[in-house]
Amino acid sequence: MIRYIIRRLALSLLVLFGVSVVVFGLIHLAPGDPARLMLYDTAPEEEVQAMRKTLGLDQPLYLQYWLFLSNALRGDLGQSLYYKQSALRIILEHLPATAELTFAALIVSLVVAVPMGILSAVRRDTVWDYAGMLLATIGQATPVFWLGLMFILLFSVQWTVLPSSGRGGIENLIMPAVTLGAPLMALVTRLVRSGMLDILGEDYIRTARAKGLPRPAVVYRHALRNMLIPLVTVIGLQLGALLGGAVITETIFAWPGVGRLVVTAITARDYPLVQATTLLVSVYFVAINLLLDVLYVYIDPRIRFA
Amino acid sequence: MSAASPEAVDVKVAARRDRLCVRFLRSRRAVLGSVFLLVIGLGAVCAGVIAPADPEAVDVNYRLQPPRGAALSFGKFLLGGDQLGRDILSRIVYGARISLTVGVTAVLLSGSLGLLFGLLAGYYGGRADEVIMRLADIQLAIPTILLAIALVGVLGPSLRNLILVLGMTGWVIYARTIRGVVLSLREQQFIEAARALGSGDGRTLFRYILPNVWTPAIVVASQQVGFMIILESALSFLGLGVQPPTPTWGGMIADGRGYLATAWHVTTFPGLALMATVLAINFFGDGLRDVLDPRLRV
Repeated sequence: MIRYIIRRLALSLLVLFGVSVVVFGLIHLAPGDPARLMLYDTAPEEEVQAMRKTLGLDQPLYLQYWLFLSNALRGDLGQSLYYKQSALRIILEHLPATAELTFAALIVSLVVAVPMGILSAVRRDTVWDYAGMLLATIGQATPVFWLGLMFILLFSVQWTVLPSSGRGGIENLIMPAVTLGAPLMALVTRLVRSGMLDILGEDYIRTARAKGLPRPAVVYRHALRNMLIPLVTVIGLQLGALLGGAVITETIFAWPGVGRLVVTAITARDYPLVQATTLLVSVYFVAINLLLDVLYVYIDPRIRFA
Repeated sequence: MSAASPEAVDVKVAARRDRLCVRFLRSRRAVLGSVFLLVIGLGAVCAGVIAPADPEAVDVNYRLQPPRGAALSFGKFLLGGDQLGRDILSRIVYGARISLTVGVTAVLLSGSLGLLFGLLAGYYGGRADEVIMRLADIQLAIPTILLAIALVGVLGPSLRNLILVLGMTGWVIYARTIRGVVLSLREQQFIEAARALGSGDGRTLFRYILPNVWTPAIVVASQQVGFMIILESALSFLGLGVQPPTPTWGGMIADGRGYLATAWHVTTFPGLALMATVLAINFFGDGLRDVLDPRLRV
C-alpha cells in the first residue's frame, strides 16, 4: 500500500515537472523576443529592454528555468503584468468561483446522467432508451459556448427568468452549471448505459435475480456498485475537460472565475498570469487524479497493488 | 488455405469489403451522416458557386436584418444579415471551409504523431514506452483548450498556427489506443514467426504490425474530427482563430453575442450548422466503428 502510494506520488511529481517545463517554455515559443510578446507591437526598444530585465529574460535560459521552478516551489508564481500583483493571489481570489461552478456542473451532470444511463440500459430499446441516447448524442455534438448563448437567448432574453451574467445566488448558477455540465452529462449517460448493459449480463446478476431479489435491489445494490470504478476513472480524466470548459463558460456568463481570468490575461498579453494559471490548474488536476487512484482501493477491495 | 491461389484471396478480400459496405449502409445514422457530410463538403468546395452573396460584402441597409419569413421580413437574405449587413447564409457556406480544413488536417497531424508514438511505445516497450506514456500524462495534465488558447495566444492566431496547435495537442488518444493494440499483437504467433524468419524491427513494424493498427487508428480519427472542429470553433469564438473578415462559424457566433436581445439569428444559425456538422461526423464515425471494430465502442 505505502509502496504503491509512493510510486504514484513519484510519477505525479514527474508529470508536474514536465508540466512546469511546458509552461516555462510557453513564452519562449513566440517568434522573436518574449519581452516584446508582453508589450504592444510598436513598443520602443527601451521599454522592451526594461521588460526583459523585470522578467529576468536577460539571464541564460537554464537559469531562468531554475528561478521559475524554485520560485514556484516556494509559492511564488510571478507577478501579473496587468494587475501588478502576485499572480498566485489573483488566482486564489478567482478560484472559489471556478470551484463552485465546476462542482455544480459535475453534480448536475451526474444527477441527470446516472439515472438516465441506468434507465436506458434497463429499458433497452424502449422510448426511454432512445430519448436518452438522442440527448446524449446531441449533447456530445453541441459546442458549449453556443449552448450557453442559446440558454441566454431562451431564459434571459425570451422569458427573462434567469440572469444572463455574473455570480450570486442559485439563479446565477443554473445556466452556467448546466452549460458546462452538458458534455459530461452526455458522456456519462453513454458510459453508464453501456457499462450497465455489460454488467446486467453477468452471472452474479442472474444469481441475484434467481434468488428472488426485486429488480431495483439488483440494479442499485449489485449492478450500480460495479459501475463506480469506471465512472470515477472517467470523472477524474474528464476533470481536465471540465476545467477547460470553464474557460469558455465563464467567458459567456461573465462568471468571475479562473477561466475568464485566463482569457482576459491572454488578451492583455499578461503571460506571467497565463503561465501561473496553467501551472496551478495542472497541479490541481494531477492532485485529484492521484487522490482518485488511492481511493480506488477503498471503492474496490479487489484491487491489489502491483 | 495453403492451396489458395492469389485470385481466391482477392475474391475473399473483395467479399469482406462488400459485406462491410452493406453493414455500413444498413445503419441509417451512418448513411444520414455521410450524405450530410458530402453535402457540407461539396458546399465548402464549391462555396463560390453556391453561396448567394459575397460573404464579406458589407451593406448597412441589411444590418441585423431578420431571416426571410421571420418578423414579417421579406428581405434579401434567406437567413438574415449580420451586424455589418453581410449575408449569414453565405458566410455559413464559406465558414465550412475553415472548420472542415482545420478538423481534417489537425486530425491527420495528431493522428500521425499518435500513431508513431503508439507504435514505438507498444513495440519497443521498456524505456521508450515509459517516456512516451509519461509525455502523454503531461499532455493530459494540461486541459487541451487551456493549452491551445495559451499556445495560439503566444504564436499568434492564423490558420497555420491553429492547425499546428490542435495537431500537436491531440496525439494522446491515438498513442494510447495504438499502444494497446500493438502490445497485444506483439504476443501473437504471426509476429513471432516473422521474427523467427529474420524479419528486423523495421520490417516487422511496417509489414506486419502497421496493417493491423490501421483500423483502430481510423476509427479513433473519425471520432476526433468532430472534437477538433468544436475546439477550432471555440478558439475562433474567443478571437483566437482565423481572423476576420474571413467567416468562421465560431467567429460568427461571437459576432452575434452582442446582439442576442435584438437579433437572435446571427448567433443561432452558425451554431446550428456547427452542431449538425459535428453530429453528422459522429454518426459517420460511429457507423465506421460498428462496422470495422465494435470492440472500440465506449
